[in-house]
Order: sequence, then C-alpha cells, then structure tokens
Amino acid sequence: MTTVAEPRLLGEPVEAYVPKLDPKQVIDLARQAGLTGRGGAGFPVGRKLAAVAATGRPAMVIANGAEGEPGSEKDRYLLTHQPHLVLDGLQLVARACHASALFLYAPPAALEPVRRALWDRRREAVSVRLAPAPSTFVAGEASAAAAAVVGGGAIPADKMVRLAKREMPTLVQNVETLAHLALVARHGAEWFRTRGTQDEPGTFLATVGGAVVNPQVVEAGYGVPLGELLAAAGGPSGPLSAVLVGGYHGGWVPADPELPVSRAGLDSYGATPGAGVVTALPASSCGLRETARIVEYLAGQVSGQCGPCLNGLPRMASALSDLAHHRIWLGMTSEVDRLRGLVTGRGACHHPDATARLIGSAMRMFHEDVTAHLKGECVAR
Amino acid sequence: MRLHIDRTACDGRGLCAELLPELLESDEWGFPMARGSSGVPEELTRAARRAVDRCPKLAFHLAPGS
Repeated sequence: MTTVAEPRLLGEPVEAYVPKLDPKQVIDLARQAGLTGRGGAGFPVGRKLAAVAATGRPAMVIANGAEGEPGSEKDRYLLTHQPHLVLDGLQLVARACHASALFLYAPPAALEPVRRALWDRRREAVSVRLAPAPSTFVAGEASAAAAAVVGGGAIPADKMVRLAKREMPTLVQNVETLAHLALVARHGAEWFRTRGTQDEPGTFLATVGGAVVNPQVVEAGYGVPLGELLAAAGGPSGPLSAVLVGGYHGGWVPADPELPVSRAGLDSYGATPGAGVVTALPASSCGLRETARIVEYLAGQVSGQCGPCLNGLPRMASALSDLAHHRIWLGMTSEVDRLRGLVTGRGACHHPDATARLIGSAMRMFHEDVTAHLKGECVAR
Repeated sequence: MRLHIDRTACDGRGLCAELLPELLESDEWGFPMARGSSGVPEELTRAARRAVDRCPKLAFHLAPGS
C-alpha cells in the first residue's frame, strides 16, 4: 500500500472507538464533512442517513464489502487492515438510524479478520452478523446485498419502493464509507475536508493496476492527478494508451498525468472515480479488444431477471467483439449505439446502463482505432 | 401518475403495450418500452389502470409522481 501524502484509512490499525453521539450529531457530521459513498455511486451519506432516520422505524444496516468488481481490492484490504474502523462506522450509522439489525456482507475470506475484531467488541449493544457475499459482479448492488443478508439470492430487486422506504428501512453503505465516517467522528468534519477538493472532500482508496510496476491499493485525496496515482503504484510499466477509471462500470480516460481524479475532473469523459479502480492499458494492447473482453464478462454476469439486459448485453458484447476482431459488417457501429440506447434505463439495477456507458466511452476514447478496425487494421503497437 | 415496470417480474407477454399503445411499444424481444416519458396523462389513466390489472405477471404498476 502507498498513500499520496498523509495516510488516513491506510494509517496504523486502530482499536475500537465509538464516541457517544446522538443520531442527529452523526447525520450532521456526515453532512458537514461532505462525505459521499465510496462504493461507486457517490451518493451523499448524510442524505441517505436522514432518509432512513426519518421513517422512525428500526432499520437494517448493511456494511457492504462484496466488491464484485474484478479489478477492485480496496475493500478486502481495508477489512483486513482496519476492521475496527469499519465496525466503528457501522455502529455510528446504527445509532443514526436506530438500527435493530446490523450486517457485514463480504466474501468469506474477507470476513475472517472481521470475525476476530468482533470478538473484541462482543459487549456492544447491537451485534453485527456476518453474511458471506458470493463472488458475482452484481452481488454488491445494494438491493442484492439486502436480499443476500437475509438468506435470499444476491440479485438486484425492483426499486418501486426504495430500500430506505421499505417496511424495514434498509441502509447499505460501502465499508470504506463507514471507515471514513468513523474517522470524521474521531477528528471532525473540518479535518476531513482538509484533503480532496472543495466540492469533493476527503480521501479515497484506489486499486491501481494494469500496466503499472507495483499494482496496489493507494489512498489519495479526490482531485489527485492521475500521474501521481500511477506513480504511487510504481508508475507505468511502459507507454500507455488509456486508463480505465471506475472499473468495469467506469469509463476510459486518456493517460494524461495531469488529469484530476475526481467527479469534476473526469466528467467530460463520462467517467467518475467510482469505487476507485484505476487500470492502466499498455499501448501494446488494443482498447477495443480489452473493452470487448470486459463487455463479454459483464454480459455473462447478467442476473437474468430483466429482459432488456438479458437480451441486450449479449448482443452488444457480440457486436463489439466482431468490431474488435475485425469481423466487419455494414452498420455495426450504429447498431452498437442503437443497442446502448435500447438497454439504458431498462433494468432493475444499473448494470445495463453502466455497460452501455462503458462501451460509449470506449467508442469515443478509441475512435481512431474504430476507424482502423473498420478497415481491417489496428492502432495498438 | 407514472408507469412503473418491475423488470424483474416482466416476461415480455406484451399485453401492456397492446392495451396502451399511446405510451408503450414492444422492443424486438417483446419487452415494453416507454415511447416518451413514463408520465401518464389524465385522459389515459383509466386505460393504464386496465393494463395494470391485466398484466399476467403483475409486473406493471402505476406509481405516484410524474
């Protein structure tokens, strides 16, 4: 692990500490800190807590460490390195929402260090139940997590009634988000805001991989230049053609060392920092082939419930694979665009939308390569 | 009111698109697709309710909001 400047989450492992705060104080702290979710969507934590607290009913809170994203390792790393920080955050959220049930949901291997940490905290009023997460891509989606912890399949549910408004209001927060909240409770909202940018305060964990010398989990403030993130992982292992930011549900951005890794900095590329997955693509690899491989994987991870996703993703994967492997047919790029529009907004979760967005970013980032492929050539060297 | 399709329940039987052609069409796999926004104009509320009642998978709903 490496940090760009002072470590926070990746500092020395801490012991359990849950300051005596009332529900309103917890929600206010999250709001003042400007803390957002670190699981990918980046939703403001204060708003989510307030929505659940406003129901006035006892809630179910899930610490989500499922991390179904193949390139991501930061949640597993955090649960191993700082289990108490995550559990402190979970207890704080439990207070804010009058929780009657607490779960920590993560792959079986990641639950082990948490089990040991829980033994130290066995006198806590609301105990935490451990729930194993399967290794599928959609297992970490909030409604899938909510289903899995109570013994159902880890598959996304319909959202006509939002999780926060269910009979038993349900709050799902990424484990890193909870660890940040615990730090905010220890050091204050002002301290939290001394890193990151004005609009996107705080640090985040990035899993930096691909064509870098030492792939690893890195902590940095939002807005960190892309070059510094890559340098913290030993720097590029050779010339790069692009970087995938935000993982398989993310987007391609140029390998520009100055590019700020923040929502604002990545917005014009249709990307966000997401859950912090940063994967460098070497110039020797073809961006279209790599994207086709990812989309094929994503099409295979469809939960099989929603028709447009079940039918549309394999079709997109197949068209993109044809383009990547020079099986050219008339109108193939416009067919890809049409399919992207056809699946977007038509699933119970964002799996189809995010897949369509990733393809869109590839078609823009690698547009020269698209032209080359249509002529039977390739720009990778 | 607005249309809400529970995509996890919808089987693509196509009744809703047949009963509410003003608002819905079927995609190439038979699954309903909103023609424009999912808002239901006043004059189509009755037709929309009928479509809700006839969905064999109970996947079609009217939800508050626009």
